[in-house]
Amino acid sequence: MRVLVCVKRVPFTGGKMVLAPDSMALETRHLGFTISPHEECGVEAAVRLVEVNTGESVVLTLGPPEAIEQLRDAMALGIDRAIHLQTESAEWDPEATAAAIVDAIGADEAASGPFDLIFFGNESADSGGYQVGLLVARALGRPAVTGLKGVKVEGGSVRCEQEADGGRDVYVVPMPAVLTVKEGLNLPRYPSVPGRMRAGRKPVATSAPTQAPARLEMVRLVVPPGQGRRAEVLGSGASAAPAVVEMMRKIGVA
Amino acid sequence: MLLVLVEQTGGVASDPSLQTLTLARSFGEPIHALVIGSAVDLSHHGVAVTHVAVHDELDSFAPDAWAAILGQLADRLGAGAVFAAGTDRGNDVMARVAARMRLPLATNCIAVAPGPPVTLTRQRWGGSLLEEARLHSARALITVAPHSVPIEPARAETRVERFTPQLKEQELVVHVAEHVSTKGGGVSLAEAKVVVSGGRGVGSKEGFAIIEDLAGLLGAAVGCSRVVTSAGWRPHTDQVGQTGTKIAPELYIACGISGATQHMAGCKAAKRILAINSDAEAPIMLNADYAVVGDLKEIVPAISAELRKRK
Ligand SMILES: Cc1cc2nc3c(=O)[nH]c(=O)nc-3n(C[C@H](O)[C@H](O)[C@H](O)COP(=O)(O)OP(=O)(O)OC[C@H]3O[C@@H](n4cnc5c(N)ncnc54)[C@H](O)[C@@H]3O)c2cc1C
Repeated sequence: MRVLVCVKRVPFTGGKMVLAPDSMALETRHLGFTISPHEECGVEAAVRLVEVNTGESVVLTLGPPEAIEQLRDAMALGIDRAIHLQTESAEWDPEATAAAIVDAIGADEAASGPFDLIFFGNESADSGGYQVGLLVARALGRPAVTGLKGVKVEGGSVRCEQEADGGRDVYVVPMPAVLTVKEGLNLPRYPSVPGRMRAGRKPVATSAPTQAPARLEMVRLVVPPGQGRRAEVLGSGASAAPAVVEMMRKIGVA
Repeated sequence: MLLVLVEQTGGVASDPSLQTLTLARSFGEPIHALVIGSAVDLSHHGVAVTHVAVHDELDSFAPDAWAAILGQLADRLGAGAVFAAGTDRGNDVMARVAARMRLPLATNCIAVAPGPPVTLTRQRWGGSLLEEARLHSARALITVAPHSVPIEPARAETRVERFTPQLKEQELVVHVAEHVSTKGGGVSLAEAKVVVSGGRGVGSKEGFAIIEDLAGLLGAAVGCSRVVTSAGWRPHTDQVGQTGTKIAPELYIACGISGATQHMAGCKAAKRILAINSDAEAPIMLNADYAVVGDLKEIVPAISAELRKRK
């Protein structure tokens, strides 16, 4: 079985969003980077599927040279190799991102055969476009199911579960297929020290795709109002309990 | 004219869809709506024509079929823009429309103005950051962030037109085959009036006993931060945040939670937030209404004891 998972490098913002001077990106000088929790579950699903069914798992990212860090993280968890579509630092819009990913998948499949499953996060952590996986699926002519919290391979099909209306909607689609997943799909493992060592030696295929013109063009970022009110301190320690209960009574919840 | 996909349950339009109709009216008129399955009364929401798609195969949700119907109708009507709510289904169907029609899509918008180019403001990071953008397209595809626009009713003479769409077999491959109910007992996190949440500061799985006790006294749901779910102390269904559940209680009690933007993205619709934290400088203090500074292991049981005393 061949499984691909697509991830995006994003800053690990803390308690506050701080913009770079040009307002076109976040100020990331003091931040670490990560991938979305949704995508972490996609990585875990890919690793588990290949552990059970044998075959090959591949991680792909479109991003700046530094995104090698996120590819190595995925390989430390058990992904076999990586595809890095290198960009300059500025973000690509969803259409341009999907087009480059489709080309890269085409090239990899021509050399190594089709991917049975291609995982994406349901939406990226930062831009939240909700569409790259579906654009890729359409271009490849494969069925796609989104927002999954359950994925189970059953013969030539995959059973997909999506949270809906106080329960789960179940889809069964033939493979090859494209699946977008959400956090909660599984509980991702932590990397081991030997895993980290092995990741450094796993192959990374790097290329620099050309960017299609952006039809969704970012003009600037804005921090929404509301960040920065100050809490009324009701007290400190256990002695604050009466004041807390008073407040609860006043607002009608106790 | 503009075309709006309206989601419904049992003939009642969803709130996010009504919010979408309100935002669409600020963009242009007349408004045509598409509903799939049964008719919905949209005469209080400024809709000129409601198109009702009826088809034997549409009893269960099939996103490619919905996208085909929406795309065909947009072509037939010559719609200048197509809107849907930024719900799971709305974003899914609109992305499929974008893929089929090779048009750019802007998701989770909170403001839009006609162009060309269309200008808009959309949410990033689950609403913790906003992006102003231009959409370069003869037909704009837009989804509207749920609960970002208040519903404004508007009377209209609504014509209802039923039609049977032509669907290809491959558009029905992806469909809901089965619905499994997982409704358990207890208060649902998304709908609870009060939510008591614990973060890393709770310290362990067992540490949640005091959180559960307080929640029980208040008829509240228990929530948690991502640190807690990653550690396996609570199931992911309890996680509040950008990649967890979005909640809107009257009171949110955050115990031992620092207030990372991704956590706050899930609780910013709470009417009031009480932070219980040993660090008076924790970021949550800038997003909370009330705070108690100190050790949650003393404060939470003291609040429970006080509630019991007054019962
Ligand atoms: C893309 C992305 C998506 C994410 N999605 C989510 C999400 O959906 N939900 C979510 O929660 N997080 C999410 N996160 C993670 C988020 O960034 C934070 O890491 C997380 O919310 C921190 O959890 P915490 O507040 O419990 O832990 P910490 O940040 O470690 O904070 C612990 C707090 O507890 C206080 N404390 C410690 N001991 C005590 C005590 N005895 N009494 C009182 N206070 C005490 C400390 O002062 C501190 O403020 C996401 C991150 C990314 C990058």
